[in-house]
Amino acid sequence: MIPDLSREKILALYKTMLTIRRFEEALIKLTKSGVSVGHFHVYIGQECTGAPALSLHEPGDTIVTTHRNHGHLLARGADPGRLMAEILGRATGYNKGKGGTLHVTVRELGFLSSSGIIGGSLSLATGGAFAAKQKRTTGVSFCFFGDGAVEEGVFYECINIAALWSLPVIYLCENNSQEAFAASAGEYPGSTIAAPLLTGLAEAFKIPATAVDGSDAGGVYKAVKEAVVRARGGRGPSFIEAKTVRSPVTRFLWPDLVAGEMNLTWVWDPKSIPQEYGEWHKSQDGLLRFTRELIETGLVTQDVVLGMDRDVRVEMDKAVHYAVASPYPDPERAMDDVFA
Amino acid sequence: MPWRVLTQILNVQWMMFLHKGKVDAMREISYAEAKVEALFEVMRANERVHLIGNMFLGLSPRRTLLTRLREEFPSRIFDPPISEAGFCGLAAGAAMAGLRAIVDVTTASFLFQAFPQVVNEAANACYMSGGQIHVPVVFHTLHGIRGGGAAQHSHSPQAMLWNAPGLEIALPSSPRDVKGLLKAAAGRDNPIVFVDHAKLFEVRGPVPEGDYVIPFGQADVKRSGRDVTVVATSLMVQRALKASTELATKGIEVEVVDPRTLVPLDKKSILDSVAKTGRLVVVDECHRSCGVAAEIAAMVAEEGFAHLKAPIKRVTTLDVPIPFSRPLETYVEVTEEKIVEAVLSLTR
Repeated sequence: MIPDLSREKILALYKTMLTIRRFEEALIKLTKSGVSVGHFHVYIGQECTGAPALSLHEPGDTIVTTHRNHGHLLARGADPGRLMAEILGRATGYNKGKGGTLHVTVRELGFLSSSGIIGGSLSLATGGAFAAKQKRTTGVSFCFFGDGAVEEGVFYECINIAALWSLPVIYLCENNSQEAFAASAGEYPGSTIAAPLLTGLAEAFKIPATAVDGSDAGGVYKAVKEAVVRARGGRGPSFIEAKTVRSPVTRFLWPDLVAGEMNLTWVWDPKSIPQEYGEWHKSQDGLLRFTRELIETGLVTQDVVLGMDRDVRVEMDKAVHYAVASPYPDPERAMDDVFA
Repeated sequence: MPWRVLTQILNVQWMMFLHKGKVDAMREISYAEAKVEALFEVMRANERVHLIGNMFLGLSPRRTLLTRLREEFPSRIFDPPISEAGFCGLAAGAAMAGLRAIVDVTTASFLFQAFPQVVNEAANACYMSGGQIHVPVVFHTLHGIRGGGAAQHSHSPQAMLWNAPGLEIALPSSPRDVKGLLKAAAGRDNPIVFVDHAKLFEVRGPVPEGDYVIPFGQADVKRSGRDVTVVATSLMVQRALKASTELATKGIEVEVVDPRTLVPLDKKSILDSVAKTGRLVVVDECHRSCGVAAEIAAMVAEEGFAHLKAPIKRVTTLDVPIPFSRPLETYVEVTEEKIVEAVLSLTR
C-alpha cells in the first residue's frame, strides 16, 4: 500500500529506503573486503517500517533505537558518510568513533541513544515521553525495539508506567523473527515468547495496540500516524508490532549478501532472481514490493527508479570513500567525553 | 590602568566578604532537615527538576518533613510503580531529553534492580555518543547497615558503581554536606549516584543560613591532627570522629579526611594529609575486597608511598553477606573500637 502522502513525499520516502538498502549493502561489502567493524546488525528488509514511521517525526520529538539503528538514522536524514565513518571508528563519525555501529547517535536529528542492550531503548524512550509531557510540549517519543525486547522484564515495567502516566510514546516493536528458524546452527535464533500475539501484551495494560505487515510501507505509515496523533493529542502511548520476515542477509550471525546485491529489475523480471536465497526477495522484500506498487500506480516508471537507484549508489560510494579516507581519532581522545 | 585592576580586585574581595558573611551565618539543624531544605531549594530554583519517588528519608520518623514538599510541588513529584529498571531508565531518558530528574531508589540494594539503566545506559550515554548526550539525573539511595536489614537491605554499592566510568558518586556525612552536595548535584550535567545513609538523619550540625553548594571533588578535613590520617566517607566519618575523640585522650591526634565525592576524587587533599601524618587508615562500609578503601589505599600506595612511615590499614565491613542477628551484625561491621584499634596499631 502506498502511504497517503504527496508524490514528492512518497518519492523522498522511496529514496530513503533505497539509501538504507544500498548503504548496508556497501557496508557488508566493505566488511567482506576485510574492513573490521566488530559485530554488526543490518536493517535490510525492514526499510518499509522505519522510513515511513520516522517520516512522521517532527522537531522536538525524540527517538531511542537499538543496535539495529542504521535504517532509523538514515530515515532521519543522517549523512551516510558520517554514519559510515562512525561505523568504521573514524574521528569524523557522528560519535567521534566512540560508539560504532551499536551506538550511533545524532542528537540534532532527535536521537537520545542507540542502546545495544536488548530492551535498553524502552525505559529511555519512556523517559523521553515523560520529558515531552512535563515540558508541556506536543513532542512524542519514538521507541524502537525488536521482538526480543518483550522477553525482558523492563518492557512490562515501562509500558505499565507509560499507561499509568499517559505518556506520549510510540512503542514500535520491529518483529523480524517471522518464520525465523529458532537457534539453527550458525543462525540467529527466532523469538521465544509464549504469548501468541505481542499486541496482547500491551492490551493487557489498556494500551491501544495494532499489528501491521512491516514490509507494507502504507500500512506502517497509517498505524504510526494514528499512534502519533494519539500521543500528540495527550491520549497516551500506543504499541505497534511491525512484522517482517527476516531477510537472508540477516539470517546468519554475520550479515552476508548471500543472494548478492538487490537488483531493482527483479521487480519486473522475477525470473532473474537467484534461485538460492531468492525466495525472500520474490515474496517478502518490502523495498521491491514498494517499487512494484509505485510503478503499478503510475507514480514512477522503471527508468525513474533505476535512475534514483544509480544516484543513491553514487552517493553511497562517496560515503564509503569519505569514511575510509577519514582519519582515526588520536588515541588519547579515548579519555574525553566520559563526563559532560 | 592599574587603578582599574585594583578597584576590581577590591570589589571582588568586598563581594566575597559579603557573600562569606551571609554563608557563614550558621544555625544547628538535623541532617534530615538539611536534606529536605536542599530538596525544597532545588525544586524552587529550577522547574525542570522532577522527583521520581519521594522517600528521601527512608523509614525515618522524620519522613513527614517531605509532606510539605509534596504539597508545594504536586505536579513535579511522581510515585512510580515498584519498577526500578523502568523508572531509573525513565529518569535517565527524561534527563537526556532536557529534564532534571532526582530519582529515589530508596534502599541502595534496590539499585541492583536498575543496574542496566544506571551503569549501562546513564553512565555510558555521554561517552558513547561522543559527548552529544548529557544525562543530568541523580539516583538517590540509602546505603549500608541500617540495623536488622540483613543481607538484602544493607548494601554499600559505591565500590561497584566506582567501577562504572561515567557515574559521579556523592557520599555526604554531615548536615552541611548533605545540603550542599545535593544542591550541587542538582546543578551538574552528569549522572550522579547520591549515596546517603539512614543512620545519619539524626546527626545535628551547623548549616549555613544562606544559599551555598559543596562543589564536587573537594574533600573536607573534618578534624585536624598530626599523627594519623583517617580517610572515611558517609556514616564512617561520624564513627571516625568519635574514635578520634577517644584517641585524643590517649594523646593521638587523628586527622579525619572526608572525600565527600568519590567521583570526582580529591586525591590532593588525601595525599596532603598523608604527607603531614605519614600514616593512613581507610575506613569504609563496603566489603573489604575491591572496596572503596582498597582503591584509596592503592592510590596512596602508588602516589604517596614516600610519605608513609607505616603500612596502610583498612577498616571495612568483613567479606560476608550482612547477617541479621545483632551480635553477628556488629561482628562484621565497622565499629569505633575497630577504628581505634587500627589507629593504635600504627602508632604503637
